[in-house]
Amino acid sequence: MEYWRTPLDIDKLKIPRGELHIIKERCKGCGFCVEYCPKGVLKLSEEFNSKGYHPPEAINPDECVNCDLCEMLCPDFAIYCVRIEADEKEVAN
Amino acid sequence: MSVKVEELVREEHPMEKLLRMDRIPHIWCPTCGLGTTVTALAAALEQLELDLDNVAVVSGIGCTGRVAGYMKLDSFHTTHGRAIPFALGLHIARPDLKVIVFSGDGDLISIGGNHLIHTARRNVDLTVICVNNFIYAMTGGQVAPTTPITARSATSPYGNYEHPFNLPLLAASSGAVYVARWTALHVRRLTTAIKEAITKPGFSFVEVIAPCSTLYARLNKLGSGLDLMKFYHDNSVIRHGADLKEVDIDYQSKIAVGKFIDIEKPTYIDCMNEGGKRAFGDKYKPYGGGNGGN
Amino acid sequence: MKADPKNVLTGSHYLDGNYACAEGAIAAGCKFFGGYPITPSTEIAERVSQRFPLLGGVFIQMEDELASMASILGSSWGGVKSMSCTSGPGFSLMMENFGLGIMLETPCVLVNVQRGGPSTGLPTLPGQADMMQARWGSHGDYEVIALAPDSPQESFELVIHAFNLSEKYRMPVLVMTDECVGHMTEKVVIPPAEEIELLERKYTDKKPGEALPFEPTSDGVSPMIPIGKGHKFHITGLTHDYRGYPVINAETQEKNVRRLIDKVNMHADEIIWLEEKDVEDAEVVIMAYGISSRVIQPAVAKARKEGIKIGQIKMVTVWPFPEKRVRELAGKVKSLIMVEMNYGQVFLEMDRCAAGKCRTYLVGHAGGTVHNAVDVYNTIKEAVK
Repeated sequence: MEYWRTPLDIDKLKIPRGELHIIKERCKGCGFCVEYCPKGVLKLSEEFNSKGYHPPEAINPDECVNCDLCEMLCPDFAIYCVRIEADEKEVAN
Repeated sequence: MSVKVEELVREEHPMEKLLRMDRIPHIWCPTCGLGTTVTALAAALEQLELDLDNVAVVSGIGCTGRVAGYMKLDSFHTTHGRAIPFALGLHIARPDLKVIVFSGDGDLISIGGNHLIHTARRNVDLTVICVNNFIYAMTGGQVAPTTPITARSATSPYGNYEHPFNLPLLAASSGAVYVARWTALHVRRLTTAIKEAITKPGFSFVEVIAPCSTLYARLNKLGSGLDLMKFYHDNSVIRHGADLKEVDIDYQSKIAVGKFIDIEKPTYIDCMNEGGKRAFGDKYKPYGGGNGGN
Repeated sequence: MKADPKNVLTGSHYLDGNYACAEGAIAAGCKFFGGYPITPSTEIAERVSQRFPLLGGVFIQMEDELASMASILGSSWGGVKSMSCTSGPGFSLMMENFGLGIMLETPCVLVNVQRGGPSTGLPTLPGQADMMQARWGSHGDYEVIALAPDSPQESFELVIHAFNLSEKYRMPVLVMTDECVGHMTEKVVIPPAEEIELLERKYTDKKPGEALPFEPTSDGVSPMIPIGKGHKFHITGLTHDYRGYPVINAETQEKNVRRLIDKVNMHADEIIWLEEKDVEDAEVVIMAYGISSRVIQPAVAKARKEGIKIGQIKMVTVWPFPEKRVRELAGKVKSLIMVEMNYGQVFLEMDRCAAGKCRTYLVGHAGGTVHNAVDVYNTIKEAVK
């Protein structure tokens, strides 16, 4: 991402990294998480869960910035993120 | 195509400590927004770091009425429309508890409308979260006092022709000290609003516009709940402190959202104590709960 | 447990039945009253609103009777003894949440000062025509407990008794008085607090996670589960299992409704309270409740003076109906008479239990006034033939 103004503490900032957890069996395939993931991490998969819905899958999981929006929007408590601090990248990179 | 049936994953969702996991999956339809509003309440409670032993949820009847059954709190699923007076009794008996009423537009505004306005008038310290999906969903999609003019429902098959209520105006003019409206898409702002409403002493009212996919969207050919979320995305206008006469919702119109009212006013119990002091002077002991404050 | 002396106006008073009800509630430790004005019950609410502020109670005049009844259920779950009062039209409105109270097994007391009906009927005149509504007024199958005081003194005592029963059996209890008793002013002796025995609510002693709101017990009454103690319990007006969770099937319905019915039936002998007089050698037994049990006295006295072997039963509890006793008497006496201000409500139960083994008579009318002693006397004469 390009910045039109560089924060003074840019060398200290890190891009958060999130690990996605998808509880496929709870999913009802509404697509809220797919639609509103700001980083386009998710898409509805081809696979079915036992209720016949297509749960989401992470197509580029490394892009997840642990914003939690999928977790907040999911009406079925079927997806959540966990922050992985070890993997955080420098913003400056 | 291969169908892969996985075992239920045992990983813990962060909301699990606030949900009755033995009752999940819930009964709500795919692309219904109710689950999202529950997450917003759960997130609000978590962020407020309240002792969850001291929080109670009361619901009425309907799709939203089922919320009480999914929250892992002392929770009460009452009769149609009577969540607010039930909650009032609970609050008076135990003013130390945070009592949250979580119900739908049909329940709170139609059959429970009288209780809403009177409890707001008294400024009873309750938080009312009203999920407005513009329709009676549980019973199969009948017209509601919130259904916009021209919207179709099972009992307005040619389009509704009754004026709907403007809920923020109704709540505010009845005496609510905190009034906000957000949609199910505005999860973070909704969470903040619920936090503010819970913290606010007095009657707070949060309207949440949420998608009903199976009935409102289907009967009006609006697509799925996701399409309604997209509609909220494109048509919500944040107007904090707006003139409430202007925040009514027409069929597929712009939706004014924001924090509309946030004022200070003595609560019901404050007023009762003031009245007691006025009448009896030092002989009156301020009310501290039904069992002497224990 | 004894009553709190602060709440008890010990001494002799000149009170009407409604004020006596209020004093009974206060003595019983009632601390929340959600009410709505309706003739002829309003004096109960008025008295409570005067007395509560200095006793730490809350009177709140709700927006309607639907809300009154709902609010007392909420406060009862908040751990506070709660009560409301009303009369016919309000009683109809309260039936919705009375049913919720039955379903949630919520202790509370509801006083119905009966007037003439149907509809607005006779606001200022007596009736006893809500007795079947008391029994069956809310939809569904359940059992109720209803008491019928005949005087201000008994109003005081029975309201306390109603609170005790409601806590003991964990259910709403009805006090079915009427306009006559409510507005009749008589001497009421309020005993010292230490002579008033109160039953406290039984709470579960189990830990959070183990306690269930509707735990099966040998006596059919589950201990209550306290709010705000980490139990995080759920209760619902839907058909529910022991956990309080809704389960919508026939099997759970059977267990749920059986529990509501059994807990009263199992203890019916304990609950039923009859005051019998001269029944042992009687050829005719006259039954009545509330004010009617006093109104029959001149007719009964005259009949006895004339040598008619008449016994009387005053039903202090009307529901549950004293089925066993009536069946027993029906095999011994010539006739049973029911005197009530309606066209045969509790009479139907008496007649059913008599099962054709004796003749049954109703002295009934539509309400608006108490019975004429002559009508009662004439029926006795007829019944003894």
